[in-house]
Amino acid sequence: MSPDILNTIEVILNGLMTGVMYSLVALGFVLIFKASGIFNYAQGVMALFAALTLVGFQTGQIPFAHLINDMFGTHYHNWGVGFNNFIAIVLTILVMILFAWLVERLVLKHLVNQEPIILFMATIGLAFFMEGLGDLMWGANIKTLDVGIPSGGSFWWEDVTRTWASAGSEYYGMYIDVLDVWAAAIAVLLVVILTLFSQYTKTGRALRAVADDHQAALTVGISLRTIWVIVWSIAGMVALVAGIMWGSKSGVQFSLSLIALKALPVLILGGFTSIPGAIVGGLIIGVGEKLFEFWIGPLVGGATENWFAYVLALFFLMFRPQGLFGERIIERV
Amino acid sequence: MKRMKLLAAMALSVTMAGTASADLVIPSLEYRTGPYAPNGIHFADGYTDYFTLLNERDGGIGGVPVRVIPCETAYNTEKGVECYESTKGEGALVYQPLSTGITYQLIPKATADGIPVHSMGYGRTSAANGKVFSHIFNYPGTYWDAASIIVKHILEQEGGDLSGKSITLVYHNSAYGKEPIRTLEELSKKHGYNLTLIAVDHPGQEQKSQWLQIRRERPDYVLMWGWGVMNQVAIQEAANIRYPMDHFIGVWWSSSENDVIPVGEGAHGYKAIAMHGVGDDYPIYDDMRKYVLDAGKAAGDGSNLGKVLYNRGMYAAMLAAEAVRTAQEMTGVADINSAQMRDGMEALKIDAARLAELGLPDFGPPIEVSCGNHGGPGLGAIQQWDASAQSWSLITGFIGADRDVVDPLIAEDSSAFAAENNITPRDC
Repeated sequence: MSPDILNTIEVILNGLMTGVMYSLVALGFVLIFKASGIFNYAQGVMALFAALTLVGFQTGQIPFAHLINDMFGTHYHNWGVGFNNFIAIVLTILVMILFAWLVERLVLKHLVNQEPIILFMATIGLAFFMEGLGDLMWGANIKTLDVGIPSGGSFWWEDVTRTWASAGSEYYGMYIDVLDVWAAAIAVLLVVILTLFSQYTKTGRALRAVADDHQAALTVGISLRTIWVIVWSIAGMVALVAGIMWGSKSGVQFSLSLIALKALPVLILGGFTSIPGAIVGGLIIGVGEKLFEFWIGPLVGGATENWFAYVLALFFLMFRPQGLFGERIIERV
Repeated sequence: MKRMKLLAAMALSVTMAGTASADLVIPSLEYRTGPYAPNGIHFADGYTDYFTLLNERDGGIGGVPVRVIPCETAYNTEKGVECYESTKGEGALVYQPLSTGITYQLIPKATADGIPVHSMGYGRTSAANGKVFSHIFNYPGTYWDAASIIVKHILEQEGGDLSGKSITLVYHNSAYGKEPIRTLEELSKKHGYNLTLIAVDHPGQEQKSQWLQIRRERPDYVLMWGWGVMNQVAIQEAANIRYPMDHFIGVWWSSSENDVIPVGEGAHGYKAIAMHGVGDDYPIYDDMRKYVLDAGKAAGDGSNLGKVLYNRGMYAAMLAAEAVRTAQEMTGVADINSAQMRDGMEALKIDAARLAELGLPDFGPPIEVSCGNHGGPGLGAIQQWDASAQSWSLITGFIGADRDVVDPLIAEDSSAFAAENNITPRDC
């Protein structure tokens, strides 16, 4: 094959991998929107908060250390060397469940039957609050996150693909980041677990019932508030996975919350209520933006990816407002 | 009635407090929140701690204490302008906006208000022409100086010949990131290298396309004009594609510990241009620990002492303090105003002996500012990261910019600005 074709395949492959990373963030949005009709603006911050908490447990950081030291003139920063990865992840999941419970008790409970825009505004407030809380608890410095997932270009894949090039052509082999491959595998696993959970467990069926019709679910005895806690907890766990993957790439820092911006076009494309939609939408956006940047970017000065993702989403909105897999909204008058 | 009396008493006490104690007001436009906070905190700590040191050790500058007014900008231009508007009435002597976007907004405002702005190594490069930009200073160097110095370093690496070589600039797709392009284009004409420009959109969390392009094209050198997460991701991606790190050179805003530590061993050998010394092996740090840190008066937790951006904040504060001192000597007035501060900045002269006196021997190049030259000496050194020692070291002395290329560009751009804004250049 000619290097040009191989380069195009490389771009598509890396686009798919990037798309998976976007999907990880979009999944959290879908879960909450499906179960409660809330567009959770705080999903990006939840990923940040989860990653910060995980690093805090891993490194044995004392939460609110700066505040404590300022108030009492002490110099405490760490309580010890920290927990191993497994315990740190389990503890972080518990924190995210506690967070979900608090959100339900302190925010959602008081906003039942309010307009969706009110709930959306509440999540904006929640995002700002959590960002500040994360800063106060764990500090604003950039943290290195290592849960043992390998990263960097795969030598093996480079060697294999180098032989695909036509004889005599200068080709270095195809690049793929091992971390992205892990992210893809984890995303697939996550979708399978979520699907099995929603199809074959009692709680999963209750979640689907609430997603289909809140009032009908209430009439058959499903507790809406319990379901909200469960769904926010699951979204918190998905946020943790997204936070681990993105945090492993760039360190855990406050710009991590901005990854939510990349999830929005994915949601518009895939539909706000579909888990497979979040995956397929992510893949389309990932491949689309990478190919556009590869072919058209150099002609227009580059940096087209953010722009392209939203234009593509806009295009879909015009023809299929509910997204590829979203539920068609039919309102009878 | 009782309430009215209380309010009147409160107003009187506030007025008296305002008039009784003269002080030198220096607002600190800082960002301790938002996506760029990790860098903003280091700089703000260094900036504030230096003034605290002067207050605690020397009783201020010339016997007048310095009052730092912190104002959070979150690296947001609108908030930065709000900070300026809300603090200028306090008798602000100088602004250090720490953002090219905020600096661009403050250029006309501060000039009209007669308050000097020190955009140290950032902002509008052509503000180095003091004949046009009377109140804007960007010493000790500009982006164009930095671009030229980096190319000079590459020239040295390549034995003085860059013809046929390829250089790629990876830049933050903003006014800041685009600043060096013109200079690099001019230098490519002069030295015969091929220049490729690759933009990265804010915030730069995802750069796969950019680094795949670099991997395909294999440029001889990659330069970076980045900030915040863009730096860490770029260095990580460069390490992932196994780009030779000693051929990857960042501007001085892509040169902090924050940018390299998250990448681990992969960042070893990465280079950046430096406008000042690195580390905490300077006598001033003994005083900083004694009077500020150990006294519990540090702006932060003290863990950032000696880090690149802490040093830069401290350097910025030192330059402001020296300008205050110069103004006090020029006017014979201790409690100077912003107009006198501007004059002090324009007459600033710091030689090696003075740096040593300040506890910062060889920390930076000698600085001499003049009416026509607000950009200072335009010198920079190259620093390199050692991942195992977790430290930067200067691997060159301070190198001068290619003035034959940079100065005409400054003259051209500042003349265009003067024409657009009906400014008659000062005669100096």
